Amino acid sequence: MKCQQCDKLATFHITELTGGKPQELHLCEDHARQYLTRSDDETAAATTLAGVLAHQMAVGQTAEELARLDQRVCPVCGITFYEFRNQGRLGCPHDYLAFSAELEPLIINIHGETEHSGKRPARYAGGTDSRTQLIRLRREMKAAVSEERYEQAKELKDKIKMVEAAPLE
Amino acid sequence: MNLTELARSSGEWLRGSGPESDIVISSRIRLARNLAEFPFISRCTPADRGEVEKRLRNHVIHVQAGGELDYLNVNDLKGIDRQFLVERQLISREHAESEGARGVAIAENEQVSLMVNEEDHLRIQVMHSGLDLTGVWQQINEIETILCDQVVFAFHPKLGFLTACPTNVGTGMRVSVMLHLPALVITRQIDKVFRSLQKIGLAVRGLYGEGSQAMGDFYQISNQITLGKSEETLVSQVGDIVPQIIEYERKARDVLVKESHETLHDRVSRAYGILRTAQTISSEETMHLLSSVRMGVNLGLISDVAIPTLNELFIHTQPAHLQKLRGTELDTADRNIERARYLRRHLNKQDSGNGGKN
Repeated sequence: MKCQQCDKLATFHITELTGGKPQELHLCEDHARQYLTRSDDETAAATTLAGVLAHQMAVGQTAEELARLDQRVCPVCGITFYEFRNQGRLGCPHDYLAFSAELEPLIINIHGETEHSGKRPARYAGGTDSRTQLIRLRREMKAAVSEERYEQAKELKDKIKMVEAAPLE
Repeated sequence: MNLTELARSSGEWLRGSGPESDIVISSRIRLARNLAEFPFISRCTPADRGEVEKRLRNHVIHVQAGGELDYLNVNDLKGIDRQFLVERQLISREHAESEGARGVAIAENEQVSLMVNEEDHLRIQVMHSGLDLTGVWQQINEIETILCDQVVFAFHPKLGFLTACPTNVGTGMRVSVMLHLPALVITRQIDKVFRSLQKIGLAVRGLYGEGSQAMGDFYQISNQITLGKSEETLVSQVGDIVPQIIEYERKARDVLVKESHETLHDRVSRAYGILRTAQTISSEETMHLLSSVRMGVNLGLISDVAIPTLNELFIHTQPAHLQKLRGTELDTADRNIERARYLRRHLNKQDSGNGGKN
């Protein structure tokens, strides 16, 4: 097969997945190198989460900084930033607060905005984070029970009941 | 819900009615929501998943005044039934293939479906035949409002509805229209259209996969951004561009009719001929040929088969549908033979009855 851009033999067969649909490219070595190293706006703007994250992580961060960042843990669900980065899915609603500094540039990159301007649930003007704290309380209670700290488990249980019963503003 | 019974109809998205339905197949909106007091799916224990499903199940079947929705336990369904629901666009491929407690509530007319424990705890979907995004938004907004009163969704005053993936945060809304664009494909203008759509922040996807030529020339256009714009703005961002694409497609069809009438007539007639006589045929080839025939009918080049019949064939020749209609599981080779037989039977009727074009 000939290179799509000259008469040389195509030795590189690239399937481009960014953009709307996969695109097959058959190129010689020179044109392949040129293609792969171009700084294409469209490619850079591709909003695949993994791409954006990798890009963001690569910019201006030393290995130590990155390692420290990766070890950050959400106190509510226990997910590390590394785990999020790896799987591209957050662990609980509180992650948006726990990792807010790290997530903000990512969110701007994806949406170009940082503030919701759509529908709001009628009752939860102040947000629902108090509810989300139930995730942490239940986790702590489970741990207390399995470590036979029953007194503490009882306290946590009461607290969970209180939060569950509390009306949201 | 009897899935075998369901298999005999064509479902909402290929009903083939509604405004501009020769080009706009369906209009769809989905909203992603999560319960505030449970971890997102990836951090859920099996017990959490079970609890989320238990809490949502009773609410999701009661979102419509007209009557209870059917609830299917997706985890218990056979592979072929899951595949069937994917083909009907009632659940996502991801929902079909994942594991653990999960389900879907489906309205009888298939316009509404609510997936429990997909990527988010809840994915609400409303779909109408033809171009009707306003109607879809109205309906899904009502459903979401009802649910909002019954459960506490994860919500942050600044970021909006919180979702497992930051790409959905804010409104959690994906607005999409499915378009049939064969003439833009033939005239090689489709890439140009896609590039311009991407520039204004819209995503384009093929139906059932990402092949370079979308299956049957069906393309789905949707918003990419979910944060910082109101739901109404997102609806019009997608909705406003559709008439323009319809016009491009119609123009491309006009050009084909005027400038290469014989070639076009030959192409659609051959497609029709193959579909009526083939002895074994793949799903891809079927979609491809049905697409040509569908355009041929819309342009008046073929007159003895009606659009609803073709729409029905699009879905009935999908692997799971074919097997459900046949009443037995078939391997690929046998499916191809059965598919050809099914097509011959339905396209060679002397009097196509309700399929007639008058």
